[in-house]
Amino acid sequence: MKKEKSRRSFLKNISVVTFSAIAATGCNMASIDEFLQQNFRILSKKEKNNIVKSLEAKYKEKYGKEFHVSDKPAIEGTQFGYALDLSRCVGCRRCVYACIKENNQSRDPQIHWIQVLQMEKERGIDFAHADVHYNPEKVPEKGHFYIPVACQQCRNPQCITVCPVKATWQEPDGIVVVDYNWCIGCRYCMAACPYGARHFNWGEPNVPGEEINTEMHYLGNRPRMKGVVEKCTFCIQRVREGKYPSCVEICPVGARKFGNLLDPESEIRYILENKRVLVLKEELNTQPKFYYFFGV
Amino acid sequence: MAFSALDKNDCSKPDKKFDMNFFRFLKGSIKIILKGNKAYYIWLAFLLLLVLWGGYGYFGQLRFGLIKSHMRDSVSWAFYIGNFTFLVGVAAAAIMLVIPAYVYNWKPIKEIVIFGELLAVCAVIMCISFIVVDIGNPLRFWHMLPIVGTMNFPSSMLSWDFFVLMTYLLLNSVVVTYLLYCVFYKKEYNKKFVLPLVLFSIPLAVGIHTVTAFLYNALPARVFWNSALLAPRFLASAFCSGPAILLILFQILRKTTKFEIKDEAIWRIAELMVYAMFIYLFFTLAELFKEFYSGTEHILYWKYLLFGIGENREIVVYSWASIIMGFIAFMLFLIPKTRKNFVTLNIGAVFIYASVYVEKGIALIIPGFTPDVLGQIYVYTPSLTEIRTAVMIFSLGFLLFTFLSKIAIAIIFDHYNIDSLRGKS
Repeated sequence: MKKEKSRRSFLKNISVVTFSAIAATGCNMASIDEFLQQNFRILSKKEKNNIVKSLEAKYKEKYGKEFHVSDKPAIEGTQFGYALDLSRCVGCRRCVYACIKENNQSRDPQIHWIQVLQMEKERGIDFAHADVHYNPEKVPEKGHFYIPVACQQCRNPQCITVCPVKATWQEPDGIVVVDYNWCIGCRYCMAACPYGARHFNWGEPNVPGEEINTEMHYLGNRPRMKGVVEKCTFCIQRVREGKYPSCVEICPVGARKFGNLLDPESEIRYILENKRVLVLKEELNTQPKFYYFFGV
Repeated sequence: MAFSALDKNDCSKPDKKFDMNFFRFLKGSIKIILKGNKAYYIWLAFLLLLVLWGGYGYFGQLRFGLIKSHMRDSVSWAFYIGNFTFLVGVAAAAIMLVIPAYVYNWKPIKEIVIFGELLAVCAVIMCISFIVVDIGNPLRFWHMLPIVGTMNFPSSMLSWDFFVLMTYLLLNSVVVTYLLYCVFYKKEYNKKFVLPLVLFSIPLAVGIHTVTAFLYNALPARVFWNSALLAPRFLASAFCSGPAILLILFQILRKTTKFEIKDEAIWRIAELMVYAMFIYLFFTLAELFKEFYSGTEHILYWKYLLFGIGENREIVVYSWASIIMGFIAFMLFLIPKTRKNFVTLNIGAVFIYASVYVEKGIALIIPGFTPDVLGQIYVYTPSLTEIRTAVMIFSLGFLLFTFLSKIAIAIIFDHYNIDSLRGKS
């Protein structure tokens, strides 16, 4: 009996010590919940709902605004595809900055989901001689053309194969997403991606409160944390609501096309049917759903 | 005697007074660790200083993130994973040395197994430490475990690597603890129990390094690694660096303890290392021939490694340092006169160790990422934080190995056993 009592008080002491230790390190119940949160894919609808609600509250507290965090699943009968007209693109990088704003990418340290490569016309598509840091007064520069590259939303994505924790996967509508709360930050996916489409939060990401986009998706543009990987999601928060990705909307020359590959009437299907398209690094068998074509 | 009723040929059966004795063993071992001559204390103080200096650097990384490293999106893996790869080689080679010890019937085979396994255990612990410091969210490490997390097995080579390394760590810990335990209790070890485990640890040693090579090999996006020769080259280079440590360790043990190993056995190890170096050289030349003669765009990465591209030559000094040290070691080991001279032999051992370290730490990883997949060049060299963190892990590893070896030496050579404990208490 006495022994039992002492054991109980021992356990009690232990828990007191543990909790005060947790309190001392600045943790609270919410962060413990967050720490213990399971992979998004195996959560129930109710659990997802609770998480989304608590995220909205958390962001409101941090930024002093109303947020809407969606966990809307893929719409049945959709398979998103993208096409980019190389003969139109002028390399203005408006898409890069629209993407940053829409998707709450960190400003400092800087993260860009879209990289625009300047290439020499004489060499054709040649990565070894491409330049992302071109900076002339005016684009396009003589003798050059431009290839914007972001996630190619592969049908056979190697980033997913290599992830040791299944923190990244392909949604039924073909979008490759990351669960930022599950990613351990090993960066194997970055080594595996042939398009440099994955980006890592090397430091604490930083988005100014007045510029933050409050319309969010759990698997998309919600604020990320230090030490996780992020990538283009075709603006999942927009396209699942029937809108275009923001890079498509901003493009001043109309080089960017987007649509449902399963819809025979869609613009993307028109392009596949009537223009000749190519994909980048087809020899790697990644089978992108991001096509390049020459419209004129 | 408490265990007199037990079968004398088997010490795997539990002792009634086990708890008590285990406590005594711990106390005795701590005493052994703390006792030593002046050189020993200087060594410990040196290591502790390095741990503190390195630990403070790592603390900065924990606070601010991996931004404290020089890794960026272009070069997203670098020095840490290079160290990891090197140490997997050390861990693997430490056990593979059991094969020649067995084949040539070197006398102290049990001791070679014990010290090899201790080295392997320490090296694997250091490997795992390097992975932990390399990931962005070390607290989420449990996501990788089966059942509680969602391990991507068998798809991801990283989960394979984690799995084989854990098995290897467990296996070697069990064998070495058991062997020492038996010596400590003055009992014969159960051969039926040990032999299959030792035999299994040999292919597993090949396995951990092969799987680690496949980690890189599995990425078609990185043509620098996408060569079938990568895994064989890994094994060959590991057979150069791992035995180099044991070579020096055996000489130290021979001088300071009753450990006996003949000169012939040491020279034989050196001879085997020459074969390994030759094979490594041959594989590398084959790789270089294919790349440079065919001259496709894949040549870029080798060019960056050996000559630099344009103004970007920061990495060239590493690659040539590795090549030159490796070549000197090869010559020293190849010529019988210098192989059998212990001064030149040890210089060779240090050189080959350093050569493989630089090769795995920098020359293997960085050209895989430079130029990056979009053809851009980001010049990477390790940051001070990365060097300090690596120093911390290496010092902790050496500290652990020093302690474990000291206890093992006491048990095997200095009559530290159950009777001596009882005598004292």
